[in-house]
Amino acid sequence: MRPAAHGRTAVALAVGAAAAVCAAPSGIEAAPLVVKAGTVYTMAGEPIQGGVVVVEDGRIVAVGPAAGTSVPPGAQVLEAAVVTPGLIDAHSVVGLSGYLNQPHDQDQLERSSPVQPELRAIDAYDARERLVAWIRGFGVTTIHTGHGPGALVSGQTLVAKTRGETVEEAVVVPVAMIAATLGESAVVEEKGKAPGTRGKLAAMLRADLVKAGEYAAKRERAKESEPVPRDLRLEALGRVLTGELPLLVTAQRHQDIMTALRLQGEFGFRLVLDGAADAHLLIDEIRAAGVPVIVHPTMGRAVGETENLSMRTAARLADAGIPIALQSGFEDYVPKTRVVLFEAALAAARGLGRVRALAAVTIDAARLLGIDDRIGSLEVGKDGDLALYDGDPFEYTSHCERVVIAGEVFPGEQIRH
Amino acid sequence: MRHAGVRRGLFLLAAVTMAAGAGAAEPTHAFVGARLVPIVGEPVQDGVLVIEGGTIRAIGPAGAVSVPAGATVHDVAGKVILPGLVDTHSHIGGGRAADGSAPIQPDTSVLDAINARDAGFQRARAGGITTVNVMPGSGHLMSGRTVYLKLRAGDTIEDLLIRTADGRVAGGMKMANGTNSRRDPPFPGTRGKSAALVRAAFVEAQEYRRKLEAAGDDSSKRPDRDLRLEALLEVLDGRRVVHHHTHRHDDILTVLRLQKEFGFRLVLQHVSEAWKVADEIAAAGVASSIIVVDSPGGKLETMDVAFGNGRALEERGALVGFHTDDWITDSRLFLRSAGLAVRAGMSRKGALYGMTMAGARMLDLQDRIGSLEAGKDADFVVLSGDPLSVYTRVLETWVEGNRVFDLERPEDERIADGGYGAGQPRQEALACLEGGGER
Repeated sequence: MRPAAHGRTAVALAVGAAAAVCAAPSGIEAAPLVVKAGTVYTMAGEPIQGGVVVVEDGRIVAVGPAAGTSVPPGAQVLEAAVVTPGLIDAHSVVGLSGYLNQPHDQDQLERSSPVQPELRAIDAYDARERLVAWIRGFGVTTIHTGHGPGALVSGQTLVAKTRGETVEEAVVVPVAMIAATLGESAVVEEKGKAPGTRGKLAAMLRADLVKAGEYAAKRERAKESEPVPRDLRLEALGRVLTGELPLLVTAQRHQDIMTALRLQGEFGFRLVLDGAADAHLLIDEIRAAGVPVIVHPTMGRAVGETENLSMRTAARLADAGIPIALQSGFEDYVPKTRVVLFEAALAAARGLGRVRALAAVTIDAARLLGIDDRIGSLEVGKDGDLALYDGDPFEYTSHCERVVIAGEVFPGEQIRH
Repeated sequence: MRHAGVRRGLFLLAAVTMAAGAGAAEPTHAFVGARLVPIVGEPVQDGVLVIEGGTIRAIGPAGAVSVPAGATVHDVAGKVILPGLVDTHSHIGGGRAADGSAPIQPDTSVLDAINARDAGFQRARAGGITTVNVMPGSGHLMSGRTVYLKLRAGDTIEDLLIRTADGRVAGGMKMANGTNSRRDPPFPGTRGKSAALVRAAFVEAQEYRRKLEAAGDDSSKRPDRDLRLEALLEVLDGRRVVHHHTHRHDDILTVLRLQKEFGFRLVLQHVSEAWKVADEIAAAGVASSIIVVDSPGGKLETMDVAFGNGRALEERGALVGFHTDDWITDSRLFLRSAGLAVRAGMSRKGALYGMTMAGARMLDLQDRIGSLEAGKDADFVVLSGDPLSVYTRVLETWVEGNRVFDLERPEDERIADGGYGAGQPRQEALACLEGGGER
């Protein structure tokens, strides 16, 4: 079973976001780091038995069998049963939605207006949020997070490493996608307020996309002496129309997924489907549209608009050649966040298999997010992001012992009180 | 592929059974070749489990236990059999008992509110759960009586009830402290008031008992019947166990203090900060039913909830069981709770005991369920492998000698894994939500 043997073309569409990628990591560790493992899942070819990974100045400088790989003198040496690339959570709200779940730490959803693409995730991300360290403990080194589902257009997302004390230190892609939601969770409950129906959701999104196109054309035509005033909202949507930013559409029910595909066909933007609880009903349609899917958490609660979700959806989509990644999603109660390692574990056990499930939280997620030039596999030149486990990373009883981000070593899971 | 062996065995031996004629009055099944984990007693690698009607007749190694003539033989080589799992705290069926009119309502029962056709019941069977304590919510100091249910095939709540030796419907009393039950009037506004109201209610019940005892056989002197106080007396007399929702370390200690004062029988539920007061819990000799969730927080009281609670309590010799609090965690993945507890240092043996026998003891059902022993109810789960592995599937669930879940049945597979229509008519089950589930 090859990791990521599927759907490169569609995923390649997402690479544009890499244009916004920040500067490469500055070297954190002066001393080189050597990680030896019984099994190294590089996610770029077959796993290496008895392998070694060497990290210098934050980047991987060597990967290979221990026998044939030279190790620099004076290096810090770590050993583990299994090493994987640092895991990527392809969609989360961690850092905007805090663990206390009190009004002061909930910034993932602004309800004052249904369409607010100008809301930047970098202005809200809390790099010191306890849940960032919590998920890092299980091997998650990169998160795609930001404004969450629940409004027609809720705002922007970012990609960050799970390190750093400020968003500036953590961020990898400051503006990754614009987040939108179709379906009942984006409908405003207050009577007399729009959007109050599915039809209205689609009509409002179409109207705003049309407006954004007209705005861009006007700005283009405007004379220097008579500039068109800037409109941050339409500017942000315009970046979706030009293909610079993907539109991340959370759509759970089949009719909402079809609406997302219909709008994508009409406007030609780069669509990333999110959640997609009913995706197993629409495999042909999604494949034909060439759209990648960030599949709902495998253990997501099957109620309301996710009532039809299946733990086998990731496997079914992958079997059909549809590019997928996995996510922790959004939780509004207990637990406050899921851990994408656990979601991948159950997906592995529900048809996806160990290697494809690992790919869905490493290299495939990196491709979907357009950051695979830096992250997602253990290859020379990529960021030194690794997760060290004492056994099969997916087993309930295994442990993540250490986590490495750009060569910086962090403790693993903190669960033994 | 999954458990073709079981099927094949059934198929081949159906003919044998028929040929043997109607010898036994009750259907007899023999499960041959599995690793049997009886919980009480050591595991048997190549075992034979014989059930007759709704009862376990024999269990032991191949050779030591013979397959009775006429038994339907199930080839379960390579599989693992555990006693049916006991979920000591669930909200499947979405039942609510107490309403918003008062904080203490022992006269209500979730029995009168459960939707027995809720898909949650089959999901619980898909998770290997055979006995479940279905509780009302946690938005009250006392939100009503709970019911212990056997997950038999059945469409009405009466089909699922368990009767005690004296004929009563088996169940406990749900209590809560901390923030969920602190609400606008008539609910208490502080922790001090919460405890004061509980003390006053129990004292009132003690007074009622005194009057009853003083009246003796003289019916003219008896106080009028008070259903509320009658139910509280069941608690004070030890006939009804208190299942007490509690999270924070100081709230846990408050429960222990009240228990000591009034002497009621107690199971601590959730016990999110058990690791902080494990010594005190152990010293009180009180049982804990814990929940394992994927991250801390979500509400202030669970900011320090830990995978390690099982380990902390086990190390001090306290009785530990588990619960789903479905839909906080998914009944279909109940075994995962034991896996994660072991991840945090609990023993495998202790975790499996916690999923079965410990729960049975907390529900006063230890003589009937919780282990694979001759004479006990034929409630068990056939697993594809190691109970604590993510890759292991629940293949079959049996309750009192009847198979109530079979992964090979397409409709059961759809419940187990999800799919179109799998959730209906499931409703958003009442969990221990902020504000008593009135979200």
